[in-house]
Amino acid sequence: MSERVAVRKTYKLFIGGKFPRSESGRSYLVQDSNVSLASRKDARDAVVAARAAAKGWAGATAYNRGQILYRVAEMLEGRREQFVALGVPADEVDAAVDRWVWYAGWSDKLPQVYGGANPVAGPYFNLSAPEPTGVVAAVAPETPALLGLVSVIAPAIVTGNTVVVAASPAAPLAAVTLAEVLATSDLPGGVVNILTGRLSETVPTLAAHMDVNAIDLTGVADAELAAELEVRAAENLKRVLRPAPADHDWHTDPGLTRMTTLLETKTVWHPKGT
Amino acid sequence: MTATATSARSDLSELGRSETALRTFLHGLPGVDQVGAEQRAAQLGTRSIKTTAKAQAIDLAIRMVDLTTLEGADTPGKVRALAAKALRPDPADPSCPHVGAVCVYPAMVPYVAEVLAGSGVHLASVATAFPSGQAPLEVKLADVRAAVAAGADEIDMVINRGAFLAGRYGEVYDEIVATKQACGDAHLKVILETGELATYDNVRRASWLGMLAGGDFIKTSTGKVPVAATLPVTLVMLEAVRDFRAATGRQVGVKPAGGIKTTKDAIKYLVMVNETVGADWLDPDWFRFGASSLLNDLLMQRTKLTTGVYAGPDYFTLD
Repeated sequence: MSERVAVRKTYKLFIGGKFPRSESGRSYLVQDSNVSLASRKDARDAVVAARAAAKGWAGATAYNRGQILYRVAEMLEGRREQFVALGVPADEVDAAVDRWVWYAGWSDKLPQVYGGANPVAGPYFNLSAPEPTGVVAAVAPETPALLGLVSVIAPAIVTGNTVVVAASPAAPLAAVTLAEVLATSDLPGGVVNILTGRLSETVPTLAAHMDVNAIDLTGVADAELAAELEVRAAENLKRVLRPAPADHDWHTDPGLTRMTTLLETKTVWHPKGT
Repeated sequence: MTATATSARSDLSELGRSETALRTFLHGLPGVDQVGAEQRAAQLGTRSIKTTAKAQAIDLAIRMVDLTTLEGADTPGKVRALAAKALRPDPADPSCPHVGAVCVYPAMVPYVAEVLAGSGVHLASVATAFPSGQAPLEVKLADVRAAVAAGADEIDMVINRGAFLAGRYGEVYDEIVATKQACGDAHLKVILETGELATYDNVRRASWLGMLAGGDFIKTSTGKVPVAATLPVTLVMLEAVRDFRAATGRQVGVKPAGGIKTTKDAIKYLVMVNETVGADWLDPDWFRFGASSLLNDLLMQRTKLTTGVYAGPDYFTLD
């Protein structure tokens, strides 16, 4: 009997819950694996998928979103070896799992902490409630490949946003493998979309796209590019998260800013009766 | 096709006089190769139209749109807003052309007529007991006269599918002739409701019947049944108008309606028109899209081409 030939994996994009190749048909080599090189049109398709998923995901109960994020943590735990094999340190996988759980817990607590009842001089209840801003474009940091990516995705989706993430061009394997985790976690298709390839191709398109509501520039290391992206984002007043400092320690407590920046506040007046 | 067409040329006008002659003629039309038609339509749909050609196609498609609202919930305010949009689809860009026509129910015609007066945008109205067509002939004709009197210059009628499917072609023919008379100067579009005709052969027969009886346009659907315009059905209808012109010298327009929602779809239809009947039909006078959501997608694509930035639905009207 002849020797068995191993099945090699092609790392593809993650758009609308599916794993398509780039529409351009291009790919590039990372760690001896073929990875799709996403084009401008893939970015466009990803935004369409994210927008289509936005209504359902924002309409899901906070409790349900929390459950799904927790499920992601469970799935990630089970695939630990796969990430270690890609070169992700074991303690970083642990930290990534913990981060999912941490954000999962916030799903039904953030509205209590960040929203609330406002005192007004009249017979009204005046309530402020945070709502998701919509479609968020995000750029994942190069290192730490997995923890950084999770730290960008989880705070955006826990509140009901949908995201299009540009994975770091140098570390896309962990991103595509994380997509496989997400695809098996009851997360509705389109809530998270992952593009691999050159940032210069996909991110300016996302920054200028009028149907994107916020942009997270965390992984943009080039200050000039970051400034240009902010200018493009200003066209439709996107909410912007500025790039993280190069020496940022991702293992520390992330705080609430990543979540609260990607929210809108809805204030309701309701007559109290006398 | 051409063999039938030339042999029929002399006696086509006589066909309406006898039910038997009409049936013999319609059943003598060659059958449609279903697989072939679908394959041809799919093949034409793969053409890639880019840059300047795309810009031209988008502007042409905008000019061909019959901006339609046919809801029970239509109000004078809503149709006025729609008519205003028809005049100036993209308020931010004066170079954007106006649409071909506005299409509403007869009761809404007067409100639209006020807005469109003298603008060059046509005013179409569905009549003849739209969408089912199941009413006595006098009622249908009164419907048509009322719409024309209120200011409609195009009438979209539905054929009597019940009679057509039962084989009573003479009845369908006579109704179309009567409706055409009731229209006066208004253009008559004959809706075949292809989703209810079951076969491409029936679509071809209904197309010929509509043209023989004097229709100025043949239209695929009402948009009120699940299956609306499709590429293969439109291909069959385009072939029919091409052959009809070859046989009689009279040019008839085609209007696919329902289910055409994206610029990509619209461009597929334009490619098919150009490849099947030629550039003579690439004009709002001879080809129209019955659509409502298509216009916003055309405008978004147009904005993308002019600004280089992908547009979002937040910046276009909700209709």
